[in-house]
Amino acid sequence: MSNARSAILERLRKAPKKPVPDLAPWSPYKTTTEQPLDRFRRLMGAVKGEIIDTKRADLAETLRKVLADKQAKNLLYAPNTEIGRTIDAAWATEPGPQLVAYDKPMEELKSLMINDIDAGITSTMGAIADTGSLIVWPSAEEPRLMSLVPPIHIAVLEASKMYDSFSEAVGKLGWNKKPPGNTLLISGPSKTADIEGILCFGVHGPKQLVIILITD
Amino acid sequence: MPELSHDFEHAAVKALGNQQLRTNFRRVMTGLMNKRAAQFPDPDELQALRSRGKSIKDRALAKLPDLLVQLEQNLIANGIQVHWAESVDEGNRIILDILRKANAKSLIKGKSMVSEEMHFNHFLEENNIRALESDLGEYIIQLAGEGPSHIVMPAIHKNKGEIGKLFQEKIDGQGYTDDPDELTAAARRVLRQMFANADAGFSGVNFAAADTGSLVLMSNEGNGRMSTHLPSMHIALMGIEKVIERLEDVGPLISLACRSATGQPITTYVNVISGPRKAGEKDGPKEVHLVILDNGRTRIYDDPQLREGLRCIRCAACMNHCPVYTRIGGHAYQYTYPGPIGEILNPQMQGIEKAGDVLHASSLCGRCAEVCPVKIPLVDLIVRLRRESIRPSADAVKGGGSRKSGMENVIWFGWKTMYANPLFYRWGTWWLRKIGNLMPAGLPLLKQWTSVRSKPQFASRSIYDLARERGIRDE
Ligand code: SF4
Repeated sequence: MSNARSAILERLRKAPKKPVPDLAPWSPYKTTTEQPLDRFRRLMGAVKGEIIDTKRADLAETLRKVLADKQAKNLLYAPNTEIGRTIDAAWATEPGPQLVAYDKPMEELKSLMINDIDAGITSTMGAIADTGSLIVWPSAEEPRLMSLVPPIHIAVLEASKMYDSFSEAVGKLGWNKKPPGNTLLISGPSKTADIEGILCFGVHGPKQLVIILITD
Repeated sequence: MPELSHDFEHAAVKALGNQQLRTNFRRVMTGLMNKRAAQFPDPDELQALRSRGKSIKDRALAKLPDLLVQLEQNLIANGIQVHWAESVDEGNRIILDILRKANAKSLIKGKSMVSEEMHFNHFLEENNIRALESDLGEYIIQLAGEGPSHIVMPAIHKNKGEIGKLFQEKIDGQGYTDDPDELTAAARRVLRQMFANADAGFSGVNFAAADTGSLVLMSNEGNGRMSTHLPSMHIALMGIEKVIERLEDVGPLISLACRSATGQPITTYVNVISGPRKAGEKDGPKEVHLVILDNGRTRIYDDPQLREGLRCIRCAACMNHCPVYTRIGGHAYQYTYPGPIGEILNPQMQGIEKAGDVLHASSLCGRCAEVCPVKIPLVDLIVRLRRESIRPSADAVKGGGSRKSGMENVIWFGWKTMYANPLFYRWGTWWLRKIGNLMPAGLPLLKQWTSVRSKPQFASRSIYDLARERGIRDE
């Protein structure tokens, strides 16, 4: 191991010891009067995330409407997921905007993704009421860039998977066990206030975030 | 980057004369203060959360060497390569080696204050590697050839007209506009291609969780994700104080940081990185490196009081609320970190002899310590460092004692003697009453005070005499 490592650790070990304090009492956010889902809607709305309610059986139809509404001419999707299969089945009976499958390494899709894709659809692990955040865990089937590069990110959220706080989600999802290589909280479309503190959307990530909320 | 002159006083005077700059800062800082206040409607909740945040960081600092080792083990188990650097030079060289080995010619950067500490972009350019900033604010100041003036909003000293002109001048085919949406879109266009073509991505780290071996990055723009997901290599850089025990503790810290910084409940993206692209995955960097930098932090750690400054989570609330910062802006502070936290970090990192003059950029009003989300006693630390600059305790701070001045010593000695002894006091004030008003404002020592203030008027009778006359007794 390098000298820097041992030198740094040695200096830290030689420094005066301080007692390890207990964590100060504090409890993570818990919903009381406002329902978790209502809080999520309110906070997501405040940062321009759009939420569209639907039933599980109507997912494909709702997606069609969103794509038409946003005038998306194509959609990046993950063919080997439940959502992907639903879309394939629906498009087989009645074709919609062009589907682009994220089924090969990024290197082969990069230029297309950066320049030509209008929208991408992903699943979510649930959402956090406290901060109004989606929990997204990219995977081999549903890679990282799907929720980042297309100008419109469509996220499918099941209303039953609401968590009060990040702490609750960490515990219930086993986030602290062995998390995947990349996990995310997403709270609205990409934004910046770097010019005079004025809010602008879509600086690097998606300009629009549409959440299809499955209510049953 | 242009060579900076390290003279705080001149820079501050110059900044004060720049009305445009003062207007830009005043407007944005007022906005940020109001937004923060709106995020904390319940004072009890705020105090409980601050105490929690403080205790999380204090626990981590108390166990720092062990946590760094645990973090390293878990990162390596996750496939992330770990490097250690004692100095800025070593840090720069390590990263250069990594880039050279991969034959990388260009680097796209997410925001990192530690890389500003290292003058990293400049170093890479000297070595023929192009480093492009992707945070909009950082991109703007990089185009302008300037350093950041705020740790969260680096280009906040510029108004949209100035940015419009800069873009027109520096971006091919870009006409003039001062519309923030159009300017943002122009930056998006340029940077997207850079993200796609850069050989490596680079980022700072907000928190590193030892229990899972994860790097946590917060960003609103998504550039932090672009820089860490798209290029085939990701290099992250952090100071040793960024490690915390548990991923779960990130919750309250994010809440504190975001609400204090910009008045948001959370940033748009919280990006938790726990490994490179795995077999079968279709994207993500194939290599992830973390460089852990000391650069004076172990020395700060060595002093139990000064160590408190290492709790900082870089939210910038202390500068947003600082009456001095709001008037002079960030550039006047000369070194990487502006505002109250800069007054503490810069003299310790650079040495008091070089950067000690910023210790006087404070009225000690205490607003910074009042808003600091992790309860850093900024005022106490500033006072402590002022003392170190005159009368050093052992070897606590680099350049301690270097600000000692014979004349100042004499004045303080005289002041102390007069106030400690009733006889001297009466005698001294009697003389001042007689001759105080006759002294010209331009007297050598007095001049420095009266050049920016009017000279005080001495009353012909002391408050002591007046009180006596009214029959008020000494006791
Ligand atoms: S010292 Fe406190 S208020 Fe200032 S940047 Fe650090 S955490 Fe924020």
